[in-house]
Amino acid sequence: MGEKEVRIGVYVCHCGTNIAGVVSPQELASYAATLPNVVVAKDYRFMCSDPGQEMIKQDIKEHNLNRIVVAACSPRLHEPTFRRVCAEAGLNQFLYEQANIREHDTWVHMRQPKEALEKAKDLIRIAVAKAARLEPLEVQKVKVTPVCLIVGGGIAGISAALDVANAGFKVHLLEKSPTIGGRMAQLDKTFPTMDCSACILTPKMVDVARHPNIEIHSYSEIKEVEGYVGNFKVKIVEHPRYVLADKCTGCGKCAEVCPVFVPNEFELGMGSRKAIYVPFPQAVPNVYTIDREKCIECKLCVKVCEPEAIDFNQQEREIELEVGTVIIATGYDVYTPFDAPQYGYGILPNVITSLELERLLSSFGPTGGKVIVPTTHEKPKRIAFIQCVGSRDQRLFPYCSRVCCTYSVKHARQIKEKYPDTEIFIFYMDMRTFGKGYDEFYEIAGREYGVNFVRGRVAEVRRVPGTDKLMVRAEDTLLGQLMELEVDMVVLASAVIPREETEQIQHLFRLSRSADGFLLEAHPKLRPVDTLTDGVFVAGMAQGPKDIPDAVAQGKGAAAAAIALMGMGEVEIEPYFSIVNEELCSGCKVCQDICPYGAIGMTVDGKSNINSVLCKGCGACAAACPSGAIDTQHFKFNQVMAQIEAAMKR
Amino acid sequence: MGGNGEFEPRIVGILCNWCTYAGADMAGTSRMQYPPNVRFIRVMCSSRVDPQFILKAFELGADGVFIGGCHHGDCHYVTGNYRAEERIKLVRKLIEQLGIEPERLRLEWISASEGNVLVEVMNDFVKKLKELGPSPLSKDKE
Repeated sequence: MGEKEVRIGVYVCHCGTNIAGVVSPQELASYAATLPNVVVAKDYRFMCSDPGQEMIKQDIKEHNLNRIVVAACSPRLHEPTFRRVCAEAGLNQFLYEQANIREHDTWVHMRQPKEALEKAKDLIRIAVAKAARLEPLEVQKVKVTPVCLIVGGGIAGISAALDVANAGFKVHLLEKSPTIGGRMAQLDKTFPTMDCSACILTPKMVDVARHPNIEIHSYSEIKEVEGYVGNFKVKIVEHPRYVLADKCTGCGKCAEVCPVFVPNEFELGMGSRKAIYVPFPQAVPNVYTIDREKCIECKLCVKVCEPEAIDFNQQEREIELEVGTVIIATGYDVYTPFDAPQYGYGILPNVITSLELERLLSSFGPTGGKVIVPTTHEKPKRIAFIQCVGSRDQRLFPYCSRVCCTYSVKHARQIKEKYPDTEIFIFYMDMRTFGKGYDEFYEIAGREYGVNFVRGRVAEVRRVPGTDKLMVRAEDTLLGQLMELEVDMVVLASAVIPREETEQIQHLFRLSRSADGFLLEAHPKLRPVDTLTDGVFVAGMAQGPKDIPDAVAQGKGAAAAAIALMGMGEVEIEPYFSIVNEELCSGCKVCQDICPYGAIGMTVDGKSNINSVLCKGCGACAAACPSGAIDTQHFKFNQVMAQIEAAMKR
Repeated sequence: MGGNGEFEPRIVGILCNWCTYAGADMAGTSRMQYPPNVRFIRVMCSSRVDPQFILKAFELGADGVFIGGCHHGDCHYVTGNYRAEERIKLVRKLIEQLGIEPERLRLEWISASEGNVLVEVMNDFVKKLKELGPSPLSKDKE
């Protein structure tokens, strides 16, 4: 702007009653009009609406405004909106500043309107002080590599992978375990339609395997992530299977001769597998894996393998991928309820979790679909289901796991279909069968299947002395009486929890987690698949408990977001890089050691030189420079100092 | 300062965009209430906080300065919060030599989801500053 006179327009938003209900926007606008360089100050019901935006555009032209301040919500919500308004009116978009008088004022000081008004005035004064010193900047454009990395091969990741691949982009689908399919592969039937889970999942898995645009990296993990939106470099490690994927036909002769039996993780330890194995028959890729910790190296498998696929010398392989977008769909774990000893899990063998029951119900599970009492191997005559085990418990996981109510109803109905004489009692806090068709599904369970629903927390499960039976003690809060129920089996609806690796994923991609430990989306309502790292999206249970339809929807949503980014071909990044004033630089190199991106080099004259593409604009160098030679664009020394001065003025 | 004559500390807060600023937004979205004594200024990273920013605030009479960044390991710029931590330690020694109680400079790691933590910290900081009384450099002293 140079010598040109600074002419600021200030716009105070009512945000309906969100702001106007606590402070007077009119008073704020009149106050703003008294501030230096402010030419126009107005208030309006919704600044972000079309008429609000139009008002700013008109004023920029009419009053020759060259700086705009909007006092409204958080800039993290509407800064992009108003920057666009400026640009559309021919003003450089970085000559815009937002005063956050909603999230940082009227919403947090609702009961102190007088103080809130003073604070709003201060926040506007701070924003005006910065606005007066803003400089026009040019956005930087970087190209987006048309390749997407999807982390996690469950139903969310699979759904995302197919959509991205069908849009014509290359997909790398990374899966930690030897096969894709995820948790859904462990489920027997899915509510409320009672589709067989494998029947709807496995065709999708095959589609993924056959898709020319999808490359599966199973049995692989991420080691390192570098770069930024559009240009990520991801180092992955492929663990050795000791079976050559391109030679193995999946015939299974190796597993037939293998003499080593190992508890099967896929069956939650209830069945066994061999030391050479596929997790389940429909695995994709259908390639065997040797569990070297359990293998006794008898090499019987080598003898029977006709395609000579077994290679005991196979090494870990490191692969570097260059991708433009990333979708995190790493799924969830199920809580092992050892911290709820009142239910006896791990002590009383006839107390099992819902996921274990799921495997017992599965036709290809350890019992071939028969539900049996673990100790007697007999058909249970009476079963108690306990809801919210770990979930909605302030001592463990305060959130609702969202799927348990409906799957317990599903389990009850499945058992009733198999054994109509078996009595079923579901102990619940309140039934949350929220999805499309779920409540009807629940109604029928009580009305037509005769499932008993008891509202009440179970206090204790203990063994009936001298028998394998269990005594469930609870309070029926609807009848207001205590009850004791003798059952053969107890099924615990155990909480859905974040995967152990979530922390690692969080650090690798610089994401945030919400208080429940799941990955945090950029906005709870409006940006449900974005994360705080541009170009990285989230889908499925990794973001929080959800059912299959929601996980699929979020997977497809994340795919659409990634496709949009890659489809544009290039992305604008904020030009917040740091710059060196060579006249002041003494060449001490302090900044070089501090820069986390190695973005600072030296000129031939021995002065620091910052590479604006590598620089991410943190400003650590600027704060450290002993000569005051470095400044960070849009967060310049004089800009922040002016804000501090304005904050303390009164 | 306060309407009933009670001392109300004035606090300048400088928050990183990715964690603590977002955490303060979260406190707002959740309608959590805290004392209206602080004015937040947004920077991209806590490592941008120049010691002169802090000194300027105290010079102009701030009773407290609050710096908020991401938890260790979560910094959007890899190591910025470690830089900030080292720097703040030095500034705290410096202000002590200038006769300002070091507790008036507070650094906290608050993530984007920890609106509740921000509220607890603000409640506590305001309480502590009230106990300390006005800053020796406060313009409101007389």
